[in-house]
Amino acid sequence: MATYLLRRFLIAIPSLLGISLVLFTVLALAPGDPFEELATNPNVPPEVRTALRAKFGIDDPVMVRYLRWLAAMAQGDWGFSFASRIDVDQLILQRVPVTLFVIGSSQILALAIALPIGIYAAMRPYSVFDQIANTLAFVGFSLPTFFTGLLFILLFSIQLDWLPFVYRSDISAEGWRWYWEHLRQAIMPIMVLGFFQAASYTRYVRSSVLDVARLDYVTTARAKGLDERTVTLRHVSRNALIPVVTLVALQMPAVFGGAIVTEQIFRVPGIGSLLISAMLANDTPVIMAVTFVFACLVVLFNLIADLLYGWLDPRISFG
Amino acid sequence: MTTHPVLSVDKLSTAFRVERRWREVVRSVSFTIGPKETVALVGESGSGKSVTALSLMRLTPRDSSRITGSVILGGRDLLQLPDAAMRQVRGDEIAMIFQEPMTSLNPVLTIGFQIAEALILHRGMSRAEAEAETVRLLDKVRIPAATSRIHDYPHRFSGGMRQRVMIAMALACRPKLLIADEPTTALDVTIQAQILELIKLLQEEEGMSVLFITHDMGVVAEIADRTVVMYGGEAVETGTTADIFARPAHPYTRMLLSAVPRLGSMAGHPHPVPFPKIDRTTGLPAPPEEIPDTVARAERPVLEVQDLTTRFEIRGGLLGRARGRVHAVEKVSFDLRQGETLALVGESGCGKSTTGRSVMRLIEPLSGSVLLDGEDIMALGERELRERRRKMQMIFQDPFASLDPRMTVGAAIAEPLVINRLASRAEAREKTAELLRRVGLSPDMAGRFPHEFSGGQRQRICIARALAVRPRLIVADESVSALDVSVKAQVVNLMLELQAGMKLAYLFISHDMAVVERVSHRVAVMYLGEIVEIGPRAEIFGNPQHSYTRRLLEAVPVPDPARRREKHRLSNEELKSPIRPLDYVPPERLYREVSPGHMVQVSDSAPPLPVVAAA
Amino acid sequence: MASTGVLAILVAGVLVGPLLWPVPIDEIDFSARLATPSADHPFGTDDLGQDLLARMMYGGRISLAVGFAAMLVATVVGTVIGAIAGMSRRYLDPVLMWVTDLFLSLPQLPLLLLVIYLFRDELKAVFGVEGGVFIMIVVVIGGLRWMPVARLVRAQFLSLREKEFVEAVRAMGASRWRLVVRHILPNAIGPVIVAGTIEVSAAIIAESTLSFLGLGFPPDIPTWGRLLFDAKDHLDVAPHWALFPGAAIFLTVLSINFIGDGLRDAFDPRRVM
Repeated sequence: MATYLLRRFLIAIPSLLGISLVLFTVLALAPGDPFEELATNPNVPPEVRTALRAKFGIDDPVMVRYLRWLAAMAQGDWGFSFASRIDVDQLILQRVPVTLFVIGSSQILALAIALPIGIYAAMRPYSVFDQIANTLAFVGFSLPTFFTGLLFILLFSIQLDWLPFVYRSDISAEGWRWYWEHLRQAIMPIMVLGFFQAASYTRYVRSSVLDVARLDYVTTARAKGLDERTVTLRHVSRNALIPVVTLVALQMPAVFGGAIVTEQIFRVPGIGSLLISAMLANDTPVIMAVTFVFACLVVLFNLIADLLYGWLDPRISFG
Repeated sequence: MTTHPVLSVDKLSTAFRVERRWREVVRSVSFTIGPKETVALVGESGSGKSVTALSLMRLTPRDSSRITGSVILGGRDLLQLPDAAMRQVRGDEIAMIFQEPMTSLNPVLTIGFQIAEALILHRGMSRAEAEAETVRLLDKVRIPAATSRIHDYPHRFSGGMRQRVMIAMALACRPKLLIADEPTTALDVTIQAQILELIKLLQEEEGMSVLFITHDMGVVAEIADRTVVMYGGEAVETGTTADIFARPAHPYTRMLLSAVPRLGSMAGHPHPVPFPKIDRTTGLPAPPEEIPDTVARAERPVLEVQDLTTRFEIRGGLLGRARGRVHAVEKVSFDLRQGETLALVGESGCGKSTTGRSVMRLIEPLSGSVLLDGEDIMALGERELRERRRKMQMIFQDPFASLDPRMTVGAAIAEPLVINRLASRAEAREKTAELLRRVGLSPDMAGRFPHEFSGGQRQRICIARALAVRPRLIVADESVSALDVSVKAQVVNLMLELQAGMKLAYLFISHDMAVVERVSHRVAVMYLGEIVEIGPRAEIFGNPQHSYTRRLLEAVPVPDPARRREKHRLSNEELKSPIRPLDYVPPERLYREVSPGHMVQVSDSAPPLPVVAAA
Repeated sequence: MASTGVLAILVAGVLVGPLLWPVPIDEIDFSARLATPSADHPFGTDDLGQDLLARMMYGGRISLAVGFAAMLVATVVGTVIGAIAGMSRRYLDPVLMWVTDLFLSLPQLPLLLLVIYLFRDELKAVFGVEGGVFIMIVVVIGGLRWMPVARLVRAQFLSLREKEFVEAVRAMGASRWRLVVRHILPNAIGPVIVAGTIEVSAAIIAESTLSFLGLGFPPDIPTWGRLLFDAKDHLDVAPHWALFPGAAIFLTVLSINFIGDGLRDAFDPRRVM
């Protein structure tokens, strides 16, 4: 087990390096020069410009620049945001908790919906319940998050006026009301993201349970005289969850994509909306840093999935 | 039976719903099982024997199956019981073991837990009590060091050991009836012998009845008191095993029995003998036809193999470095003449299939030489090798898997001609028709796809494809092992006929000793990648010298209830693995010539004879 | 199948529709600002009084074209990489799979946004506004979505190349090329078609998402996502503006997903014959 974990951990490092290389390559290939502005400015003499270029190492070989950038990123020196007038790392630290809260809650919601429904549907394949669940799942993941978000706003904010559609971090209420207001404004983003993921997870769970349910050891369990509930929970579900963990981990990049959209719709002050506003403001250091943070989060979630995988499947420890 | 039966099945029928229509796969089957009696349910694939077993337990899919008739156990009709009461019967009064030990245990639960589950459920034991009982059960099925193994997961056990775990699980609640559905079919012959002995012994100790489902008449003769023969979903004949073997009444039973290869039946025949042709209506065999000697002894051998060695590396650990080697084929030498059949026999993991593939260089051997008509195959470049491959062709075990499902049979047979540019399109079509006729099929079948044929027909197609390029040598890798008894006999006969007609040399790879005895001129016994004994067929079967050869021959069940072995020699010896550490140097092997052409390895690599257990 | 019918109607609508409803997409009419659906404007109008039906039919062409083109890019790239990995026996396979896994763990939307942010101006200069953005979006979406196809093709190849029929053909003396082209690829193609179908809907969603975030096509190219982006600030007064393009995306994606599911069942070898 320890070897397995260490191995997964060591694999995560080259993938992080790979991701950073991809990011840096994109940046290096991009047309335009961060000092273009200086170059066209007649007040800056050419000697100063050359000195500045040398200081920032613009003319060094790409590899050197990459290593320098990587070292700076690793030391927490993520640059300065032109638009927000604040260090990038501080800006991101302010925003990350909100994003993690929204994503975490929506994942919990998604699994809370998908596991029971997927398992129940698969144990009664082609029943009425299964067909309804299947159709709803299809509808669910064919509805893009940006459209569901708008529909929710239309229904719950505009028509029913139950929930606020703009997320505010400066709520003035005190005590329990403060919590209530926070919860109220988080409901819609979490639901939008949660329902979308629940739909695809339901399909994974269902098909995985269907695959396991026809295996020999399930017949063995029934031949022992166990009731359906025990057979399902003890013998089918745990085995069926093993491939689901991998599929959920593969979904993580898509989940972050959904989070960006949701944050943008509801103006949730997380790193997703930060990315969009930085792009609209041409704030390159923030864009680079946020993209890299997203990549780190994906790798982190993959590690968690590997951990779960090793816990669920005893064969791993000896692999 | 004078005593009251434990189980009586009356007019049992089972139907499955396939695309909105009910199809009956078991029709009105009736039989009884007395106390302490073993009844065999025997039949070929599709005879409905396994469905019968599942129906008794009501384990067929609920929504898409229908069971009628009655199954009386202890005065109650199981088919009428409510679900909850039926669950009380399962695992408690009737227990079941299945064919595939590798997939019948839940991979994420410890074996101890899986055995204890039934005890906790039906006996109301506490965890600790159940655990103690589990250890006792594992001891009972002769699993070594039971106490330390109850917390192990199934992947730590070999197939034979897993089947023991399954048996322990089935015995947990001392059932009145044990249903064993082909419990030894997936196992090697020496392991099969162990499991059969174990079941017999435990039945005596526990005083339970056994319903034993199998396709193997040898196993039936070995274990059953009475036998029910199934064919096409019906029980066509029922009687004591001795009666059925001595005086089969139904034509199907007669046909089945005369098609069964019997070890020892070839004594006195110098050359291979085809299976007797059987009259379909009476089921009576025609006298066997002798085949003349086909071996070209004067000429240079078609195939000369010298010191062939193939190893695979096993990678693992943090950096995927090599951690060990499978010594799959280790210094194997033999030759094969035109018109001759050399059988390579042995159990799984002995390297017989790897040897066949290495000879064809489908797997790259590590060293050694392979001469085909005097030319060194090992020295050829890729292009020349592809060209030379038409002199040697291969027939595989699974005829369905060895035909491209998206290609018509005609195109498949013509493909080797096309690849080797041996024929124009029209010539290829003509040749295909001729080949189909030659293997006993009709030329107008060329336009059909593989899934439209039966297993035996598909194997004929594979043979036709192999023959298209007029090869000198055919490597037949378990080519008849997956076929039903009656079909097996026909395909073997076809192969013998083709050998005589086309002067083919066969490298016949098989684990089925009875078939090998019938088809081969010479036999090589493989164990852990090495040939331990090689010689003329009559010598190997009549005068086996190596301890492993003897064990192998002893383990083969003989389809003759009169020769049933009474000795209870229980062992739990496992098959050895050919995996060795990286620094392993294989020892030099010496061979002793027993009689002309009969060589035995002197440095005995087989394990010592199994210990005789106190029964 | 109902889903095939719905998709056919949608495709026919965007292809033939503009001929039957020849209203210009950029005719500004301030007298009909944010009009609800009526006989003059069946889908209503936007804040400049432009006819939404005409804009949707025009934008739909772009959305669907992006979907199919990006699917082609993803499927071709994925099949080639998967096939090479699946046939290589030594070093190429682990390297290609590492790259595939790396791409799989890239945060796609942020990267998509990043690439478009950095390269937009350059491409516009070379291929013109419409062409540049179209090419970039297709290449970037396709280039970030080939990995599932590559994994699938590799898995198919790995299992097929061990099948006895492939070994049988090898034993006949067939070349590797013949092995791949005549035997392995035709047997692997079923699941690839299914995956390709799903790729179309994924690409349509990806393009709509970009446009919805205001970073895809410019306002004068009203793809469905772009229409939603423009509509979202007027939800309270003109919900129809968002509902029609949203429903169009939903119906397209849903019918394609259903078709993919039907194809999957049809190709499933475990299907009861």
